[in-house]
Amino acid sequence: MSTLDNLYREIIMEHYKNPRNKGLIKNEEYTNARIKNPACGDDITVSTKVENGMVIDCKQQAAGCSISVASASVMTEIMIGKTKENALEIANTFLNMVSNQEYDQSIDLEEAEVFGGVKQFPARIKCASIAWVAFKDTLSQE
Amino acid sequence: MNEKIFNDFPQISDGYIYFDTAATSLKPKSVIEAVNNYNRNLSSNINRGMYDKSVITTRLYEEARVKLARFINASTDEVIFTRGTTSSLNLVAYSLGLSILKSDSEILISEQEHHSQFLPWQNIAKKTGAKLNFVKLDKTGRITIENIKKAINENTKIVALNYVSNVLGYINPIKEIIALAHQYQALVVIDAAQAVQHLLIDVKDLDVDFLAFSSHKMLGPTGAGALYGKSRLLAVLEPMEFGGDMNEDVEKDHSTWKASPQKFEAGTMPIAEVIGFGAAVDYLENLGLKEIMNYTENLYKQLFNEMKKLEDIEIYNPNSDTGILTFNLKNVPAHDAISYYAEKNIALRSGQHCAKLIHDFLGINSSLRASVYFYNRKEEVDRFIEVTKEAIKYFRKLGF
Repeated sequence: MSTLDNLYREIIMEHYKNPRNKGLIKNEEYTNARIKNPACGDDITVSTKVENGMVIDCKQQAAGCSISVASASVMTEIMIGKTKENALEIANTFLNMVSNQEYDQSIDLEEAEVFGGVKQFPARIKCASIAWVAFKDTLSQE
Repeated sequence: MNEKIFNDFPQISDGYIYFDTAATSLKPKSVIEAVNNYNRNLSSNINRGMYDKSVITTRLYEEARVKLARFINASTDEVIFTRGTTSSLNLVAYSLGLSILKSDSEILISEQEHHSQFLPWQNIAKKTGAKLNFVKLDKTGRITIENIKKAINENTKIVALNYVSNVLGYINPIKEIIALAHQYQALVVIDAAQAVQHLLIDVKDLDVDFLAFSSHKMLGPTGAGALYGKSRLLAVLEPMEFGGDMNEDVEKDHSTWKASPQKFEAGTMPIAEVIGFGAAVDYLENLGLKEIMNYTENLYKQLFNEMKKLEDIEIYNPNSDTGILTFNLKNVPAHDAISYYAEKNIALRSGQHCAKLIHDFLGINSSLRASVYFYNRKEEVDRFIEVTKEAIKYFRKLGF
């Protein structure tokens, strides 16, 4: 048993191999944010549609390691159907969790809980975070 | 390699394999002692104090310059201390580039360049309107003299290339390139950050105009580096930084500068680091660069030959000329693979190694880089191969 098993959980591998909500939509209803990590070559774009304060749709296009790709996929599934405020709260909670900071455990991170092991691997925090930071960028551009 | 040398490096410990010399080299005790001696016993500024400790510090600092000059066969006025290769190349790009480049000028450069060579020139090209002209790399990513001949022309004012690629480990034919560039009256700026620790460099024999390198890649401390420039070029080159100790006369409306190298060393320099830089030269010279090169080459060959036997490995620089092996585990992103090596206490580099354009050339997002040096051992290569086989199995089992 390797401690790496705490990182490579089954759900993460499943999302890595079959990423959800893939593909970007380029029209006025969607807000896009792209983040590249020059240190590792990750390149992630998130595309969000917000209507009446609700995240109606969220798409992603991710090239990079398994953690960053799976994290983008899981994120889009969670965010669709959330209010903007709730979505932001979840994103902030997730980012605190993976970077080993205090976070509100009463907030339901749903499937994203599986990234809890990332905090044991400081070099991978960025991988798990990129899509969520990009998602927050799309909301702030709204 | 004599077993004794392994004791010279306090960073070496059982079970820890350091294959990341291309990022920064380990530091021998003699370098650490030289730095500590300054901090503990001297801690005074150079060129300023009339008291003993300041005089001794000034002497040690200037002795480091003498050592560096001898190391590359330059005169002492041709060796400028800087923060590192990046600072050295920015100094040339800004001071020389801004003064000689015009909108019809060309800078001959390559996709092999580290960002420390590429980004300053890209920026200067934008400011001056000069064009960046990329020499075509051959299929394996090498720079050839034939392709330089095709790219160079009478508008080429600067040729900015690396001596050894930090991703591919290839030695570029810079002596021939320099001779050709001079026929076109172009000046040649060489990034030697990955060359100084392997090759005997003779700037006079190369006839290079500017050559930049870092202390920390050749056993010295971080935070120090050098820029070599030909005397006659440095005499007319304007400083980029202005401040304490680089001036001669200062008046309200006009000031004058000291001669090179002092005019380029404004403010308090990284004194401890420069003294340590000198100690690193002593260490390399005592051991002998030829012996270092032979040993490293053999270790690299062992590494390469074993790695190429593995089916699930993609190697991007077959037959590298120095200790650098760049590869990926097939279907495993470099950042996933690196976590496996890290867990096994093996230090490698993953990502783009500050050289994005060569990754675009190779058609990949990122890679793993193993770099070996004289303080690595055959047994470490064996262990590395074993861990690589385990890593492939581990990731395949996960479904990669």
